[in-house]
Amino acid sequence: MTTRMQGQGDTSLKPGAVLQNRYSIQRVLGVGGMGSVYQARDLRFPNATKYVAVKEIINIADPSMREMVIKIFEREANTLASLDHPAIPKIYDYFNQGDRSFLVMEYIDGKDLETYLNDTPGLLGEEKVVEWAIELCDVLSYLHNHKNKDNQPEPIIFRDLKPSNLMLDQHGSIRLIDFGIARNYQAGQKGTMIGTEGYSPPEQYRGESSPAGDIYALAATLHHLLTKQDPRIEPPFSFSERPIRKANPGVSMELEAIINTALNYNPADRFPSAQAMKDALVALRRRSSGMLGHPLGTGRLDLGSLGQGRPVESQAAGVAAAPARSEVTPLWAFKCEDEVRGSPTAANGVVYVGAYDNNLYAVTAADGQLLWKYATDGGLPGSPAVHQDIVYIGSEDRRLHAVSAKSGRLQWTYYADAPIRSSPRAADSHVFIGADDHYLHAVNVVTGRRAWRFQATDAVRCRPAIANDRIFFGCESGEFYAIDMRGERKWHFKAKRGLTSSPLLANNTLYVGSLDGMVYALDASSGWTIWRFRTNKPILSSPAIDGNLLFIGSADNHLYAIDIRTGREAWRFQAEGQVNSSPAVNKGVVYVGSVDGCLHALEAASGKLRWRFKAGGPITSSPTVVNDVVYVGSFDHYLYALTA
Amino acid sequence: MFAFLKKLFGPKTEPPNGPATPSPTSPTLPLKGDPDATVPLPELVSSRPSPDSLKSKLAPPSKTRFTIGIAQDVGQVRPHNEDVLLVFTGELGGLEPMPNFGLFIVADGMGGHSLGERASGLAARRIAQVTLDQILPSLLAPPDADIERPLLTEVLENAMVAANRAVVAGVPEGGTTLTGALIIGDQLVLTHVGDTRAYLIAEGQFEQLTRDHSLVQRLKELGQITDDEAAVHPQRSVLYRAVGQGDGLEVDVISRRLPPGALLLLCSDGLWSLVPDTLILEIVRQSTSLQAACDALVKAANDAGGPDNISAIMVQMPG
Repeated sequence: MTTRMQGQGDTSLKPGAVLQNRYSIQRVLGVGGMGSVYQARDLRFPNATKYVAVKEIINIADPSMREMVIKIFEREANTLASLDHPAIPKIYDYFNQGDRSFLVMEYIDGKDLETYLNDTPGLLGEEKVVEWAIELCDVLSYLHNHKNKDNQPEPIIFRDLKPSNLMLDQHGSIRLIDFGIARNYQAGQKGTMIGTEGYSPPEQYRGESSPAGDIYALAATLHHLLTKQDPRIEPPFSFSERPIRKANPGVSMELEAIINTALNYNPADRFPSAQAMKDALVALRRRSSGMLGHPLGTGRLDLGSLGQGRPVESQAAGVAAAPARSEVTPLWAFKCEDEVRGSPTAANGVVYVGAYDNNLYAVTAADGQLLWKYATDGGLPGSPAVHQDIVYIGSEDRRLHAVSAKSGRLQWTYYADAPIRSSPRAADSHVFIGADDHYLHAVNVVTGRRAWRFQATDAVRCRPAIANDRIFFGCESGEFYAIDMRGERKWHFKAKRGLTSSPLLANNTLYVGSLDGMVYALDASSGWTIWRFRTNKPILSSPAIDGNLLFIGSADNHLYAIDIRTGREAWRFQAEGQVNSSPAVNKGVVYVGSVDGCLHALEAASGKLRWRFKAGGPITSSPTVVNDVVYVGSFDHYLYALTA
Repeated sequence: MFAFLKKLFGPKTEPPNGPATPSPTSPTLPLKGDPDATVPLPELVSSRPSPDSLKSKLAPPSKTRFTIGIAQDVGQVRPHNEDVLLVFTGELGGLEPMPNFGLFIVADGMGGHSLGERASGLAARRIAQVTLDQILPSLLAPPDADIERPLLTEVLENAMVAANRAVVAGVPEGGTTLTGALIIGDQLVLTHVGDTRAYLIAEGQFEQLTRDHSLVQRLKELGQITDDEAAVHPQRSVLYRAVGQGDGLEVDVISRRLPPGALLLLCSDGLWSLVPDTLILEIVRQSTSLQAACDALVKAANDAGGPDNISAIMVQMPG
């Protein structure tokens, strides 16, 4: 019981019909809800071909309604006849005949802007659209400042500004057609309809109409003209979610800002008048015509590079307000003898971290005092695991080392057949760790002996995830495995490139990043892929989750927040270098390091930058937050402690 | 209301009928109003009326299988039915069981004459075809097989895009809303366009999972109108998105993990616009089976005037 458009039946006047012995109908120009608009010839000028437009209102059968509609029609016809503006067609005559009322007006030989836009290949240029916008502001200003015959203000609200109501005449000027005669007295719709009005401001649906509503509709029209995105089939009032410059990069920031102002939901936040909007457009035109060859170019590049994410505002605001907080003073900094690439682990008031000087360090969490250090024979790229007073760490010396958390004294070492660059996970009396020998090793925590090992197709460098008697991990060829506690494969999955990122298990779903640039969400029971999310460069970062948002960095310099329900981006934050560090979340704040040398603290909900700390070298180490203190290492050899 | 929900479905209450006892097998359910559904009928565990009338009368969920109810009616006003329902389920028991599989669709067609029913039927069939084509081979393969499994959200998004194309080509003047739910194990993925809805009743919450692609929904989100105003707004039936509207259809795809015993309800606006959330819950609580609940929901919409076609599918996860 639904229609896309109200069918009129064929009640249109036929060519050749003559009204009032004067207007000879030539053809139908358009069909509306209340009747048609015709092109007619005025027979009073027998020796010249003078065309007029005749608009028809087919009256409703109900006699009381009919009388009211005729009254309103006559009143509005009189108002229109008193208007004098180059963009408004002249009114010549009106009359009632049979069950219809007619309005005779100037015929405009041209194209409406909807047709013009559809016929134009590619996008419209800014210069032309600004010119039209200025003309439209001018006519709106004229209408809004209309006075009645007693010289009292009587603003005329156009109420239905949209491309199809704007004609481009033979001289290239904009003309406003289809004044809303009896527009509010159309019969209500029955059944579901597809497509909204698209250009009307939100308050109009509460029955409010005001000059500010026309300003909104004008801006909505400009948005459509510049982006070619038809608002009638987009979510209503979604203009701000569809930035003009994203669809049409040739548009200047200034014009986008003017249109966005006019599109504010709150009428009070738009331009106070059509004249004010016109002034802004005229100023823009003046500035741009002064810059030969580079119209409207100032400042575009800087902000343009920030303008990629959806919540552009929050990024721009965040970066602008960014206290370049190298003045964020660390609580303490502890100097190792080489780069700290791995992530620190904190337990029982002690922070453990491995460095490329081959040492595992234990320092006090409170003041960064060295408790002990333990030397291996290779670099320590991974992070340690602490389990029942033992610290486990893998080394490029091919060994897994188990060291007393209290004293730093060696308990045992376990040999793989190649360097270990993975981080260990302890569970069920075993330590699980991958190695470049392509195996995932299960090692007994007491004896340091191998329980079993599982062969992958390439080096295993991630930290495995363990839950419900399943171990999940990926390898450098992109294979991802779910195996049981006896080392038997339950299912597997293949990404296009390596899986160095460590999987995160939450609510029986696995999230993992890949060197193919994707983030995958996998069903932990079956291995089915639920969704994937594309970034533009390889992912080395491991994900973190807070509520419905998943955070992960990419070598494309961004930290992404992804809605785990839809697999779509919630926001992204742009750093000045690759984000290979894994984010950590604490009390609504995300912490992540970047190759640009900064540790960034961002609001988890919006991605807005709260503060950043600049270290003396890149940060690929992943921050750890314990008791509102953030611990992170840097290539500058330091382990830092910062107030969260 | 929250307390009421908690009492009803909260995790801490004991099972509605006291300790779960093995019950005698229930009789096969009659399927009303849906001649097309080729559904392997779920066994419904029969329930004794609870002595405590404050508790839900709904039978406890099956231990292993989906429990399903479906009902549909043309309503009191419309001359024909433009809604469609579609249900497919699959199970495999044994040593290496297949995760439970279910595909459930509700679609509400639009367009004069018979265009609406053709559009909704075509869209539902196309979605099922594309989805089953891509899912079944992987589903039936051994769990550890060397196969590349399709991406669930992409399968469902592509299925909707294919349905859109089919409607544009086959019923150019028609359109349809469509909400489809794919369940594999306890993983739910929804594909959604329009104002048919999916609700989740689980862990003390009654939650609308889908967002209506309607003008009034946007006005509500912007704080321009209230729920009450939306219910009577002259443009309440205006959608900005529907299957069959042309190129570039944007599809909502939503994934969710379903807890044991969770209830999923898919329905057309002929139900939700007439039967308020609280009444839906009350009806589910008072029903002894999901089929009885669906029948009662349809009756409630008819009792409220039944101005539109009414469709409902309910699915309960094993508990």
